Amino acid sequence: MDADDFEQIRKAVRQLVREEVIPREEEIDLDDRIPEELRGAIADMGLFGYALPEEYGGLGVNMKEDVELAFEFGYTTPAFRSLFGTNNGIAGQVIAKFGSEEQKQRYLPRLAAGELIGSFALTEAEAGSDPAGLRTTARRDGDGWVISGSKRYITNAPLADLFVVFARSDPEERGGRGISSFVVDAKAPGVSLGAKDKKMGQSGAWTSEVFFDEVRVPADALVGEEGRGYSKALTVLSRGRLHIAAMCVGMAQRVLDESVAYAATAKQGGAPIGRFQLVQALIADMHTELVAGRALVRDVAARYDSGEDTSVGPSAAKLFCSEMVGRATDRAVQVHGGLGYLRTTPVERFYRDARLYRLYEGTSEVQRVIIGGGLLRAAGMPRS
Amino acid sequence: MNIVVLVKQVPDSGTQRSLDPSDNTVARAGADNVVNEIDEYAIEEALTVKEAQGGEVTVLTVGPASATDAIRKALSMGADKAVHVVDDAIHGSCAIQTSAILAAALQQMEYDLVLTGATSTDGQVAVMPALLAERLGIPQVSGAQKLTVEGSTVKVNRQTDGGYWALEAPLPAIVSTWDTINEPRYPSFKGIMAAKKKPVETKSLADLGIDPSTVGLASATSSVLDFAGRPPKGEGVKVNDEGDGAQKFVEYLASQKIV
Repeated sequence: MDADDFEQIRKAVRQLVREEVIPREEEIDLDDRIPEELRGAIADMGLFGYALPEEYGGLGVNMKEDVELAFEFGYTTPAFRSLFGTNNGIAGQVIAKFGSEEQKQRYLPRLAAGELIGSFALTEAEAGSDPAGLRTTARRDGDGWVISGSKRYITNAPLADLFVVFARSDPEERGGRGISSFVVDAKAPGVSLGAKDKKMGQSGAWTSEVFFDEVRVPADALVGEEGRGYSKALTVLSRGRLHIAAMCVGMAQRVLDESVAYAATAKQGGAPIGRFQLVQALIADMHTELVAGRALVRDVAARYDSGEDTSVGPSAAKLFCSEMVGRATDRAVQVHGGLGYLRTTPVERFYRDARLYRLYEGTSEVQRVIIGGGLLRAAGMPRS
Repeated sequence: MNIVVLVKQVPDSGTQRSLDPSDNTVARAGADNVVNEIDEYAIEEALTVKEAQGGEVTVLTVGPASATDAIRKALSMGADKAVHVVDDAIHGSCAIQTSAILAAALQQMEYDLVLTGATSTDGQVAVMPALLAERLGIPQVSGAQKLTVEGSTVKVNRQTDGGYWALEAPLPAIVSTWDTINEPRYPSFKGIMAAKKKPVETKSLADLGIDPSTVGLASATSSVLDFAGRPPKGEGVKVNDEGDGAQKFVEYLASQKIV
């Protein structure tokens, strides 16, 4: 996409976020839902498919463009991005990158238009970033497969029309081998959902458990090669990590803006609190770490697009930016004083929302393992 | 149905704006220039009429080269094509001069309905529909809050302080819109990608047969002699309630002529 076109797209997204979403953040938080008309506006703009390939109705952004959009998405409640995040992210990308032509034709245009919501079902009680404990099974049955097991913390599950499910198709294999991915219709007999999870933050973004009880799927539900599902998941997850790093930068910018605006006007002892150098220090630290994070994300995105680094870089960006936004939201509450502890103050909400960033798409600990292990293996250290 | 929408690029009214101290015209350099906010409602209305009745929506703008951004926005919302009148001699033109340029451009176009925002957020003169109606010899209906086209008639609810007037006019006509008429759409990604391929015709004063000496700051019928920034907000008044708070509050409001 040429830079001029992309700039128009970024501006349109910024306008939608600032005019339509930010004024409704509190409503979204209290009602725990994205209003129907906002979902319509999101679909009309094309946000459900911005990262899906152009030939299937998407916009086909590269990571350099993706992170610039995520800076904008991150400036408001994460529930906004969450609604269209799985279509563009982990669920949609598996189909776009590894699906057959027939699967792409069947799902991608409708995912891009927002007519279908796709959800990515990998995480289980004993398997998240480490697939060794993945218990969900897929067993051959005639032409098709039978899937059994349960998944946890599945984003958009209560809204999903389809699940991209990871299941062990070869019980003899261990670890990441022998795992396959399948597209499963959410209405298929045997698919059921747990209650919507009650979370610390990110209200309006729904997750739940998903149960697969002897769910029969046809042979063409298998996405890509049998037994290679987990390696697929890894490539998609690293893209998602970089995206989340950019979301963190967007949120850090927002809480910095909120803090600067507050410190410039709120008074103590007759003077704006921004006159106090210790308040200035909080703002300076937020700003300094924010610009470092933004520069890191942009650099990693360029290296991702060139193919130079699709693993260590995204993890480093996600580790730094998710920890950074944790500190930023904490300082933002501090700048706001007692007001920052009240439910109606945006920084209080972002403080709770930010906590998830250090957990999902791989915890900070897992990112460190990927970074450290990646560097050491590149230096010749054997895998085990 | 050929619909022409008059669009103006202005500095974003939500940001700090100023005049250029060298000639007291609107300072565009360094400003965040956008489509005049109320014009977006006119664009939306044009698209709504087109979607209901078919036809073509053409955007017409007079402005510097950078006004292509405003045109692009209108095209990405769904307008079909654009005419951009650009000429260095136009700089600093008053409303009357600008109306001569717009009228000359419109006379070279086919139109059944001309739509525009009721006022621009920079000049705030709000006389363009009337000036154009006079020059083109067509009816004008200003301040529409509702618009329908039935055959060769445009029916408009004209917004007033207390309600509205129901008016109608034969086409061709010019109608200005308020921000109560609709909710403008956001450009879609597909619209943005398509906008670049839509035709934009650039015209100079010579193309319109206008003598450059009749327009521009030097021969403008009105010009800004001086300007000053908005005075800074005062400190406000603190009233301690000693049982007479309500009385003091009302007295303050009365002293400010608010009540």
